[in-house]
Amino acid sequence: MTLVKEAPARPAQKRSAAPVAGRRGRRRENLAGYLFMSPWIAGFLLLTAGPMIASLYYAFTSYNLFTPPKWVGLDNFTTMFQDPRWQKSVEVTLKYVVVATPLKLLLALGVALLLAQKRRGQSLYRAAFYMPSLIGASVSVGFVWRALFSDNAVVDRTQKVFGLDVGGWIGNPDYVLYALVALSIWQFGAPMVIFLAGLKQVPQELYEAAEMDGAGPFRRFWNITLPMISPVLFFNVLLESIHAFQVFGSAYVVSDTRCGPADATLVYTCYLYQKGFKEAQMGFASAMAWTLVIAVALVTAVLFWSQKKWVHYEEAAK
Amino acid sequence: MTSATSPVVSTAGERRRIGSLAWHVGALLVLAVVLYPVIWVLGASFKPSKDIIASLDLLPTKPVWANFSGLADGISGISIGNFFTNSLMYAGLAVVGVVISSSLTAYAFAKIRFAGRNLLFTLMIGTLLLPYHVLLIPQYVLFRNLGYIDTLVPLVAGKFLATEAFFVFLMVQFMRGLPRELDEAAKLDGCGHLRTYWSIVLPLSRPAIITSAIFTFINAWNDFMGPLIYLNTPSKYTVSLGLMMFRDQEGISNYGSMIAMSLVALVPVVAFFMAFQRYLIDGMATSGLKG
Repeated sequence: MTLVKEAPARPAQKRSAAPVAGRRGRRRENLAGYLFMSPWIAGFLLLTAGPMIASLYYAFTSYNLFTPPKWVGLDNFTTMFQDPRWQKSVEVTLKYVVVATPLKLLLALGVALLLAQKRRGQSLYRAAFYMPSLIGASVSVGFVWRALFSDNAVVDRTQKVFGLDVGGWIGNPDYVLYALVALSIWQFGAPMVIFLAGLKQVPQELYEAAEMDGAGPFRRFWNITLPMISPVLFFNVLLESIHAFQVFGSAYVVSDTRCGPADATLVYTCYLYQKGFKEAQMGFASAMAWTLVIAVALVTAVLFWSQKKWVHYEEAAK
Repeated sequence: MTSATSPVVSTAGERRRIGSLAWHVGALLVLAVVLYPVIWVLGASFKPSKDIIASLDLLPTKPVWANFSGLADGISGISIGNFFTNSLMYAGLAVVGVVISSSLTAYAFAKIRFAGRNLLFTLMIGTLLLPYHVLLIPQYVLFRNLGYIDTLVPLVAGKFLATEAFFVFLMVQFMRGLPRELDEAAKLDGCGHLRTYWSIVLPLSRPAIITSAIFTFINAWNDFMGPLIYLNTPSKYTVSLGLMMFRDQEGISNYGSMIAMSLVALVPVVAFFMAFQRYLIDGMATSGLKG
């Protein structure tokens, strides 16, 4: 939803700073440190840690904003798991994540490989391919998508030429989600740029040596490029799948504000929004939010666990 | 010797030229697909309303201005300029907030050794992976109880309190890369941290700060969920919400104005991108590489 890309968690590097004289100096450094980061500390307590505790509490209450929250134990969760619309939203979101993320990364990698070759106009191409990543989140592009994928519009007419008559994707519950998938894939610029930076770091000698050993382009890609960029690939998979879980704006705008038709684009956050802000069921929505946090944490954990098997860090290779 | 090698050189050169041609053809094909929606909206904004969906032509056969002049009427009594002013206010405040609060925080993480720094840094990075939606409802309740619904406060408060961890991270990475000798020399000359921050580290961190500022502007300009939740009065709507109003009230009957407005809404983002694309793209690339 946002363009903000996250970075992998790493503890702060330890560096030997200039020796600070004595206990008074150390105390002064501590004070300076906390003063400088007081905005962040205030923000963390007020807008992150506090709300997290509050939403954990709300998740076990019935709360409509107007009367005080009432403790209901696990009711929200049991209702949620039995709610067919919640189940639908999970299904839609998983489908979206599983289809959009790999396709987007595949395109990003393909174009990055193309642009990694030294050619004239390279930076111009790079900028042009990146642009959708910046405007893709806007309502404007949502409207453009509606227009392109609606009944009798460009996409519909083009596929009729090939004998595929499904009508517009927007009005068709079987296809509308794929219009959103297409919108997500279209914004392949950000992972592409990260792939490009990774490709630039692969030592050329490796390719030259492989070529001398008679390795073809496919072997070189499989045995050199892919392992060498696997940390970057890992980073992109992590970020893109986490983002895909949280898609909202495009589903809301492209497939009319009810995330339909027939709940076909009822992504998780869209249902959360409906429950919380349309039906004022803040407790239920908080339970949904925490379920999302757990799901995202699980995906992150599985990815971090799996990286031992397929991500090659240079230190490990040595 | 030259005569012996020249035929080899020419075939190799020819092969290179064919390779280069194939490369450009491939790149242009992908580019055509990628830029199609952008060119389409440009063309559509000059088409009569009834042609926008139905016509297959990318560019209008007879360009009309009606869509843009229609914008002058505004939507239900609210001028287009009003939405733009609101969005500019939001984006401008967001930029100021992010630049000040994130650079101060980043300086502390990068240049000051204080107790608990590593723990706090890990916490800060941890917030990057936290789905925003878990904070949405309690934050809404908080701002509602404080009486800030229908104002810009909930939208920009977090920017002034450095909650955009990505930018803090970006600036920390950048400040760590600055030569240590500079701030050590400043310290020897008797500069306190505030002075070192203001006259040495901040000016040198310009690339990271510009990147953060531009990303913040664009994110705020595109933001949809925030205004959707916090703003109720149409005259306070940002461009995103103004566009949704257009859709709801004019619908298909005035498709032309809607598309024209969509195009106009994209202009600031595209302009910023064109002006600063090098910063943005490099900032994006390095943030993914360095840990």
